[in-house]
Amino acid sequence: MRRVPPTLIAGGVLVGLVIVAAAISLIWTPADPGHVEVSQRFRPPGDAFALGTDNLGRDVLSRLMVGARNTLLIGIVTVLIAAGLGVPLGGIAALYRGPFEAATMRLADVLLAFPAILLAMLFAAVFRPSTVTAMAAIGIALVPVFARVVRGAGLQVMEQDYVTVARTYGSGQLWIFAHHLLPNVGSVLIVQATVAFAIAILAEAALSYLGLGAPQTTPSWGRMLSEAQSFLSQAPLLALWPGLSIALAVLGFNLLGDGLRDLLDPKLVERVAAQA
Amino acid sequence: MTAVALTVENLTVRVGPIAAVQGVSFQLAAGKRTGLIGESGSGKTLTALALLSLLPDTLSASGHVIYEGMDLLTLNERALCRLRGDRLAMIFQEPMTALNPVMKIGQQVAEPLQLHRGLSAAAAQAAALRMLEHVRIPDAAEKMHAYPHQLSGGQRQRAMIAMAMACSPAILIADEPTTALDVTVQAQILHLLSDLVDEHGSTLLLITHDLPVVATVCERVIVLYGGHIVEEGTVDDVFSAPRHPYTRALLDAIPALDEELPSRKLAAIPGSVPGLGQFPPGCPFRNRCPRATHVCETMPALEGDGHRAACWHPLP
Amino acid sequence: MTGIAFSVDHVSRHFVLPRSTLFGARRTLTAVDDVTFDLQREETLGIVGESGSGKTTLVKLLLGLERPDGGSIAYHGASLRRDVQVVFQDPASALDPRMRVEDIILEPLRVLRISGDHRARVRELMSAVGLPLSSVSHYPHEFSGGQRQRIAIARALAPHPRVLIGDEPVSALDVSVRAQILNLLEDLRVGFQLTLVLVSHDLSVVRHMTDRVLVMQRGRVVEEGETRSVFRRPQHPYTQLLLDSIPRLPQASRR
Repeated sequence: MRRVPPTLIAGGVLVGLVIVAAAISLIWTPADPGHVEVSQRFRPPGDAFALGTDNLGRDVLSRLMVGARNTLLIGIVTVLIAAGLGVPLGGIAALYRGPFEAATMRLADVLLAFPAILLAMLFAAVFRPSTVTAMAAIGIALVPVFARVVRGAGLQVMEQDYVTVARTYGSGQLWIFAHHLLPNVGSVLIVQATVAFAIAILAEAALSYLGLGAPQTTPSWGRMLSEAQSFLSQAPLLALWPGLSIALAVLGFNLLGDGLRDLLDPKLVERVAAQA
Repeated sequence: MTAVALTVENLTVRVGPIAAVQGVSFQLAAGKRTGLIGESGSGKTLTALALLSLLPDTLSASGHVIYEGMDLLTLNERALCRLRGDRLAMIFQEPMTALNPVMKIGQQVAEPLQLHRGLSAAAAQAAALRMLEHVRIPDAAEKMHAYPHQLSGGQRQRAMIAMAMACSPAILIADEPTTALDVTVQAQILHLLSDLVDEHGSTLLLITHDLPVVATVCERVIVLYGGHIVEEGTVDDVFSAPRHPYTRALLDAIPALDEELPSRKLAAIPGSVPGLGQFPPGCPFRNRCPRATHVCETMPALEGDGHRAACWHPLP
Repeated sequence: MTGIAFSVDHVSRHFVLPRSTLFGARRTLTAVDDVTFDLQREETLGIVGESGSGKTTLVKLLLGLERPDGGSIAYHGASLRRDVQVVFQDPASALDPRMRVEDIILEPLRVLRISGDHRARVRELMSAVGLPLSSVSHYPHEFSGGQRQRIAIARALAPHPRVLIGDEPVSALDVSVRAQILNLLEDLRVGFQLTLVLVSHDLSVVRHMTDRVLVMQRGRVVEEGETRSVFRRPQHPYTQLLLDSIPRLPQASRR
């Protein structure tokens, strides 16, 4: 009946790889990702170390696998925070209009003015810098993006006659939000989430680089990428592996998002019966 | 024998493999007003656009559109640009999208004059003002400096007419010019249109789905359905004695204003207008026609003298 | 059943427009101005007007979506939300593109918490509006404009309304389809003993289908009366202007 969009399959495969790597890393990695062996530094890819070693002699592949865990965690949690706060904010703005709309959008603007880094520094000053503070900071910094998207698409939904008709028989704001607004902004939201995921991963890399994110010992792709920058002349491949992983993961999520959006779009359902 | 302003021969417009307009042929008598009636899917707008070679690149047109001995479909873009706005003009249904929202009205009306008549900016502005007064826009001098969104729907339509008639075109094509307007404004605009084309001796092709509008404004009428001409003739002939069942059905479906009908039920045409590419082969109307038989699987030709219909079972 | 469905008593509704300049005066738009009329049960009332006449605001007032600023509007029945339903002009925006036809039609029952055999109700409604039952699992975009209006009508009928308001219900449809939908509305009116309010700028439709008509101009009712009389002997110059403006078919085109 419904053709599975190829983007969904492609995205699913890529994301699946990341998930599998992360899952496996929970029970096994080729080597101990934290084991420092200075004599083994900058080994090129070979038998002992499939992707080589980094500046501290640690196995790149093992670090990549553990890093997958962190990357997924950071990306997903951040997006959940951002969407969890941003979607209701945007929804309220579109549903209630008037002073509510102005207030929520100004709040979003304030958040937009705060770069993630500043927020991260703020949190780091209050709590210890950690993955959690990084996720919170990035998540909050991304709230306005979701709020705006939901408000924009939501306003268009609110103008449709079917919303007016729904009000006629007594639908309340919550009903309209859940049954009409959310489903109809869903496709834009999914795409926005995949973009936010990519931003989150890269933002975390920057924060880690500045020491505002995960502690030194926790491998994350972003951090691996940032650290590899210092050693580009000695071992350019060191930057390739995490960079490629990030690129593939981001691509995977984007494709997955596109595929999901298409899968859920009623207009793309192939008509089975002849026109009524 | 009246002169012919435009001859259309075998015009076919394709959207991909599907022919939205199929082998349409007709003539526009010079200085006369002809109505082109069609609903959605009839191909009326595509026909209009094809006449001026304004079809988007994804569509292709074949056949001949002959104006003053030239086949417009064979002309290059430069030659066409010289003709459009000057000899051939068009007005559209939605003035809000047809007018440039960031350009003042006066400037928009002046543009064709500058382009085609080579007038200086000042002279064109003066001529534009005269044109706006001519289309009876109140406070025309002020409105010259207004933007489209500052005008009412009717005024925007008047401005568009002013733009189209500025160079006194030989042929004016009006695509649903009053559909989006209130009924009192519609009456004024139709009146204006008729007066202007008569004054300038232009030939009018009025495209609409509204039969009474054609009856009021036009002398001749062409009825389009599913990309084919199904009937053609003078308004008097076609409307008082239609030969094609579709025309008859359209007329019957309109409630009368003056008389009492015995019941509140109207004579409705069953089914709905098929989408693009979903018209049945042969006569496009046959799956909704009360007179259809198996011969209708082949498309009949337009037959008749002056009052022509394309039907195997025309009404007597 | 006789009686009055709505009493509209000197109803007014204003809208405050945003300032055009920072310190300019606030402008007020009077959308509905001192309108009084009764809607009798089981009658068909036509409301005629051009843009700016206030007819859309009046519809919203009747539906309870707006409150009057002046005067009062009373529905004499058990439940306004249940009894009074509407069909709007645009079939493209009338139905939620993400919902199946079945869910669209049943939504009023769910919101109003009307229990009962919903499946059977859907069957009844689809039959009443002349659509095949198989259509219920499809999405709005799969249907033509006329079919979508039928779906919108089915939705309006779901909660067993007493009053049906049609706000330009056929204006956006093809000419050859309009008569079908108008016929459907007439059948439903008779079959379900509905009170019908028909708002239209198409006077021939109003002339044909209504018992009484209100003519509105700039928020006021300028003329009111039995449709036949108003059309034959209009009292108000605006009514006369409207009638004069309508393009007519030649007399001989009537069979």
